[in-house]
Amino acid sequence: MDFKSSDAVVGPRSEDILPSSVSTAVKVVIVGGFGVGKTTLVGSVSEIRPLTTEETMTQAGVGVDDNTGVERKSETTVAMDFGRISINDELVLYLFGTPGQQRFWFLWNGLFEGALGAVVLVDTRRLEVSFDVIGRLEERGVPFVVAINTFAGAPGYPVEELRAALDLPDNVPIVDCDARKRDSSRDVLMALMRYLYSLAVKTEAS
Amino acid sequence: MSEGDHEPGVDENEYDPGRMYVVTGGRTGTGKAALDLVTLIVATSEPQPTIQPEAAGILRLCESPLSVAEISAYTDLPISLVMVILADLLKDEHVEARAPVPKALLPERALIEAVMHGLQKL
Ligand SMILES: Nc1nc2c(ncn2[C@@H]2O[C@H](COP(=O)(O)OP(=O)(O)OP(=O)(O)O)[C@@H](O)[C@H]2O)c(=O)[nH]1
Ligand SMILES: [Mg+2]
Repeated sequence: MDFKSSDAVVGPRSEDILPSSVSTAVKVVIVGGFGVGKTTLVGSVSEIRPLTTEETMTQAGVGVDDNTGVERKSETTVAMDFGRISINDELVLYLFGTPGQQRFWFLWNGLFEGALGAVVLVDTRRLEVSFDVIGRLEERGVPFVVAINTFAGAPGYPVEELRAALDLPDNVPIVDCDARKRDSSRDVLMALMRYLYSLAVKTEAS
Repeated sequence: MSEGDHEPGVDENEYDPGRMYVVTGGRTGTGKAALDLVTLIVATSEPQPTIQPEAAGILRLCESPLSVAEISAYTDLPISLVMVILADLLKDEHVEARAPVPKALLPERALIEAVMHGLQKL
């Protein structure tokens, strides 16, 4: 692919331009398996048209090339979509959607560093991915809430059963959501903020 | 491939590695400049004619504050490349970086309260 000449770069639409007073940006990560609704959630609450950013990943190929004896490497580009919410004149919140599968964890270094917290989007038809993601977030000390996206035909479990299945501590919020609805997605973010607030209060008290 | 087997996150449209090398001079790091995906970048000068086209494009985009992630999205350049270019622009003081809240200050109640207020208005 040719690089875009600088004249060809199309910047933000006029309504997407941030005022120059904005001085601080914070981020929240939406993580979950394929097709769980990450892009939908980001899109439903974002004030800008959701954007896509890319990172290249070099993977060691499977096995060794017969002709050269050199291990094959392949480069894949992984896309992350993100959106933005202006909080006030000085503060903006960015939301990044990222796939939860282990082979994408290389993206996580820059992503979770400094993030306020995360939303783990869960499809009850496929709990396995969530398992790994939750373990990994706990390891990294990233606070998170779990949002259950309700798909037609997905088994509906009582919250406490899910909590047990996902091995979640009592204080980690589990909320239902419909990522297609702005209010519902907003409520998920609110649940995360309330949780972060409770953690902050606890930290200050100790 | 069956439905659900797809990998929509993977895109074949890669930035040409040759060009990548030209722009970065083979460097991959960003040196001392600690850039984050949400570091806000603002241009402090107009692009000079001698500047690389990628850098010129970024300077033009950043007339108002824009995050590193947005710069990457609008220019179609990989994040790591954008960060290398920005590190140079910062060093030469063509742009100013408004860094995200340092991790040491998180979680901070006032900040979280502000976010809650903002979300309530949505
Ligand atoms: N019923 C229902 N469908 C949803 C919900 N969220 C997303 N969907 C649908 O599920 C499909 C996948 O949603 P995406 O937002 O593309 O999921 P994703 O996690 O970004 O998927 P990948 O990026 O492909 O991994 C779309 O057809 C959405 O309309 C939800 O809350 N409820
Ligand atoms: Mg997606």
